Formats: sequence, structure tokens, C-alpha cells
Amino acid sequence: MQLRQLVWREAFERKNQLATSFFAIFLGIAAIVSIKSITFYSEKAVARELDALGANILVLPKSASVQDYYSADMQHEDFPEEYVSVLTMSDLQGLDNLSPKLSIPIEVRGKKVTLTGILPKSEFQIKAMWAGAGVFSLPAEGCGSVAVVPDAFKPPVQETLMRKRVIDDLGDNEALIGAEVAALLSIREGDEVEALGKKFRVTAVLPQTGTVDDSRIFAHLHTVQELTGKGHVLNAIEIVGCCNAIAGGLVQKVNKLLPNAKVVTVTQVVDTQIKTNRMMARLSFVFLGIIVLVGGASIANYMYANVFERRREIGSLMALGAGSGLILRMFLLKALLLGLAGGVAGYVLGTVLAVTLGPRVAGIIVMPMPILLVWAVGISVLIALAASYLPARRAALLDPCATLQEV
Amino acid sequence: MKLEGVSKSYKHRGRLVTALDNATLEIHRGEFVAVVGASGSGKSTLLLMFGGMLSPSSGRVFLNGHSLYDLSPNQRAEIRRDKIGFVFQTFNLIPYLTALENVQIPLYLAGRAPADQRERATNLLHRVGLGDRLDHKPAELSVGQQQRVALARVLANDPEVVLADEPTGNLDPDTSEQILRQLDELNREGRTIVMVTHDPRAAARAGRILHLNAGRVLPQGPNPDSSRPAGEPNYAVVEGARR
Repeated sequence: MQLRQLVWREAFERKNQLATSFFAIFLGIAAIVSIKSITFYSEKAVARELDALGANILVLPKSASVQDYYSADMQHEDFPEEYVSVLTMSDLQGLDNLSPKLSIPIEVRGKKVTLTGILPKSEFQIKAMWAGAGVFSLPAEGCGSVAVVPDAFKPPVQETLMRKRVIDDLGDNEALIGAEVAALLSIREGDEVEALGKKFRVTAVLPQTGTVDDSRIFAHLHTVQELTGKGHVLNAIEIVGCCNAIAGGLVQKVNKLLPNAKVVTVTQVVDTQIKTNRMMARLSFVFLGIIVLVGGASIANYMYANVFERRREIGSLMALGAGSGLILRMFLLKALLLGLAGGVAGYVLGTVLAVTLGPRVAGIIVMPMPILLVWAVGISVLIALAASYLPARRAALLDPCATLQEV
Repeated sequence: MKLEGVSKSYKHRGRLVTALDNATLEIHRGEFVAVVGASGSGKSTLLLMFGGMLSPSSGRVFLNGHSLYDLSPNQRAEIRRDKIGFVFQTFNLIPYLTALENVQIPLYLAGRAPADQRERATNLLHRVGLGDRLDHKPAELSVGQQQRVALARVLANDPEVVLADEPTGNLDPDTSEQILRQLDELNREGRTIVMVTHDPRAAARAGRILHLNAGRVLPQGPNPDSSRPAGEPNYAVVEGARR
């Protein structure tokens, strides 16, 4: 005979009563695990979408506005290219991608377009200082770096070239043409186009994106800098920042690093993501509240009834020499087992629901999250123990004489 | 065991009930004492007080020279575990445990190893004639067998004192006789037996009879019907009259 045997046998003797409490906590935990799993993968999916959409933070000259950026009317305002180094050398978390740019309005074949100088990824990696900072070698932890879907590992194809914001290679005399410009000027891949007196070979016509990029011609940053004669300056750094990091004050931190620049965020996009995240977090809290109330109340009610029903048994144990500590442990061990069983079963059901329903309800692939098992068991055990403590204490403090009803 | 000026009162539906009234008495080691009296006379109260289960409203209760109610509840639990065995009228077996497991409980409480518990509990159940009912739950046993399991449970930790509350109250004459013979045997082994009973035949087995009336212990001498051999402790020291 051991304590766990005593508890186990009693639990099975009255398993029907125990079942109600078990189901209350089991279903509650299952609901939370399911929501948390779907939320997690949903956030990742949205983050991937955001990544595909492009930058969500802009670093602009101090006096420029976002409208200036989109109208490319910034030829009078610029800032040093060293700002990129400042960012890459910083320990800021959540900077998933940087794209320094210098845009100027030009005329090509009599039409007004924007020439934008961009820095290909290969040159970032060549620059030891930047590569050392690891902007492109950061572990895939940010929302913009998520690579869960196998497709994400495929090399970027032409259609995604602009959306990825990083172009692997771009020669000094090579250019990429936005869809609108290509249509306007009847330019096709392989054609030559002259800008600021220099001839560029069109390596790709970019697909329609519905953004300002459609009306741009992209060339190597340093070529554009040289053509404009402004030296190593930029008039924008586009940043793909992790939305959670933005919510956590990334914009303010970048602003602090670059006090002479204006840092703005694409608020609508980020706000949508943040609102979604907050809504799901609130939903989890609501369910947590429900499980604490319903599960906790159910367990407490069961435990009180159990103590009442077992008064005679408790009295007998006390008559045999059981101390109050043993009676307390007897009920708390039962609560612990209930919490463990509810947590594990709730995790299993919640995960099955999330994996099964995720693709149907949210259109995302959901994978089991082992970390939630720890969380589910922890919460479940905590609720069961907290709800059982007072009934257990009451049992431990029962008057053994009254419990035997002998007086 | 000794009571010194012990009274116990409690309120029942707003009315003050005196269960025991200024009782002073002494029970010597190895005595077999029967406590008789009408229902509500305080017999069970007396028994529970000796067992450290019910604190007096006033007065002191001694066991082996220790004032029981000057000890903490857990210390009293330890004394019950090591020195006292209870036999209840309704047996108070744990319904979801087998006969063997019921007998193992006091051994578990005393910290004995599981294998040791099983061995001793098996021997005790053999001793009370239930060697073939080890795995039966109380509901699967007759009332007489249940009381014998309870008796085996009492013996598990080899107590000095056995407190029996109407041990034959629910039993037929033959089974009652078996239980009384077991109590006799325990007494012959040197254990002190205090037995509350309504049954005159059961009381006649005791060396001394204490009469309780409305919470008062009445003066009483040795039991003239006792079959106890001469020379054994067989006397009462009763000073329980209401002043």
C-alpha cells in the first residue's frame, strides 16, 4: 500500500464523478491548445504574406514624407549610405531584410519614370562588415524569415523577384523594368534602355505588383549614385521588419539609432497583423478565463463533494493514525493526477483539432507544437491544484470524531 | 489510561448537551473494561477521548502518563497509529480496498515497506480466519468477515490499547462470540481493552464494567461475572459523581 495506490483506487471507484471534472478541464485545454496552434501558424502565414508584400518600415530623409517616397520626389533630400551599416551592425532583433535605395525622376524616351538604384544581395555578402553583422544569415525566427512551407526554399523566380526585395545579382549595366514602364515604353527583356546617358540591358521585366514599383526602372545602386553624382547617399532604406518586433517598438529603436532620419512604418499592413495577433491572444485569454472558471469550479465542486462523501473514510484513516498532512496529500495527489490527465488529453485533442481543422478553417497547415504540451499540462495541473487546495485543506482539518458520527 | 475531571459539552440545535460530566477514572494496563449505559449516556464520547479523537471541554486525559490533549493533533495521530487500535460497530473499512489492502493501511501509515505490509497483513488475515478472502472487497464479505478484517487491521501495528465501540452490535450471536473470543485473546496477550457495548453478554466478558448515565460515570466495583483469573487487574477507580 502506498499513497498513490490509495488515490488511484479511490479515483477509479468513483470514476463517474471524476469524469465531469476531467472533461471540463480536458475540453478547456483542448480548446486553448487548438486556438494557440492555429494562431501560431496563422501568424506565421500572415508574416509570410507580409514578407512577400515587401517592406513595412521606411527610413527616409528627415524632412521627407511617405508621399515624397512614393512620388519619388526626393532628389533634394538624402542621407549617407553608412546608415545601412549602422543598422546592420546594431543588435536590433526583427530586422529581417534591408533594401537601400536611391530614387530619382528621369525621362526615358520622352516619358517620366523613376530610376531606382538598389543593392543586390551578393554585394551585401561581399562587404565583410555587413556580412559579419549577419543580416542575411540571421536564423529564421522573425515573421519575415519564416520558411515552413517547402516552397519557401525554392530559389526566387522572376514573379517573386521584386516581392522578395532582394535581388541576388545585378550588373553595373543591367536594369529591371517595372511592368507599367515596360508597357509604356514597349520594352521587353533583352532590350536596351538609356537612362542619364548610360545604356542598360534589360535583364527582366517585372510582373505587375500593383505598387509604385511598376513605374520604376531598377539599376545597381552604385551605378545610380555615380550617374547622379551625389556620392554614397540614399534617399530610402526599405526594411522588412518582423511585425511582432514592430509592435514591440522596433520603429522607435531604429529612430533612436538614426536620429537624423525619419523612420515610418506601413501602418495599415502592420496594424492588421498586430490586430489579428491581439485578437487571437485575447481569444486565448478568454478561453483561459473560461477554463479557469468552469474547469476550476467543476474541480473544486467535485473535490468538496468528494471530501463530504468521504468524511467517514477520512475519520477512519485518522483513527488509524493518519495525520492531517497525509489527508492533504491524498487529495492534492488526486488533483495532480486529474490535472496531468486533463492536460495531456487536452493537448492531444487540441492538436488533432488544430491539425485537422487548420487547413479547413484558416487555410493553413498546422503542425503539432510539443511546447504546448508543457504549457497545457502546467496550466491544467495548476488549475486542478488551486481548485482542490481548499477542499483538501478542509479534509485535512476535519474533526475525526465528527466524521465518524459517533457522538 | 486516566481521566481527570473530564467534561464534554457541545451544542446541538441550540441546546447545550453534556456528553460527559466531570469524569475521573483510571484504567490499568492489561485491563478488559466494558462501558455500558443507555444511548446518549456518553459511552462513545469516553472511548473517543481515550483515543485522542475528541478533546474534552475541561479536564485532562492521560495515556502512559502523557496528557493527550496537550499534544498536537498530529502527535495524537502518531499515538493512535503506534499504540491504539479502534474497532467500530460499522467496521469502517475502506470500501474500495481489498481486505488485504485494508489491513495494510496502518502498516503503511507506520512507514513499513510494501512487501513487509503484504506479508504481515496476510498473516493477520490468516489469524482471523480470512486467509482465503485476501482480495475480497468489504462489500463482497459478510458482516462477520468484515468485522474480522477490522480486527486484523487493529492488530496490524500491535497496539497496547484496543478501543472497541459496539464491536458486536451488528453481528449475529455466533459471529459475536467469535469476535469476543478474539478480544479475550488480545486481552490475554496483555493488551488493554475498553469496549463500549449494549450487550450484557459481551459486557460480562470484561473484568470491569463502567456504567454511564447522562454523562456521569457511576460507582462500580469488579465484575462479578468476570471469568478473569484471580490476581489480574480487575478493579475500578470511579470518582465520577456530579458534584
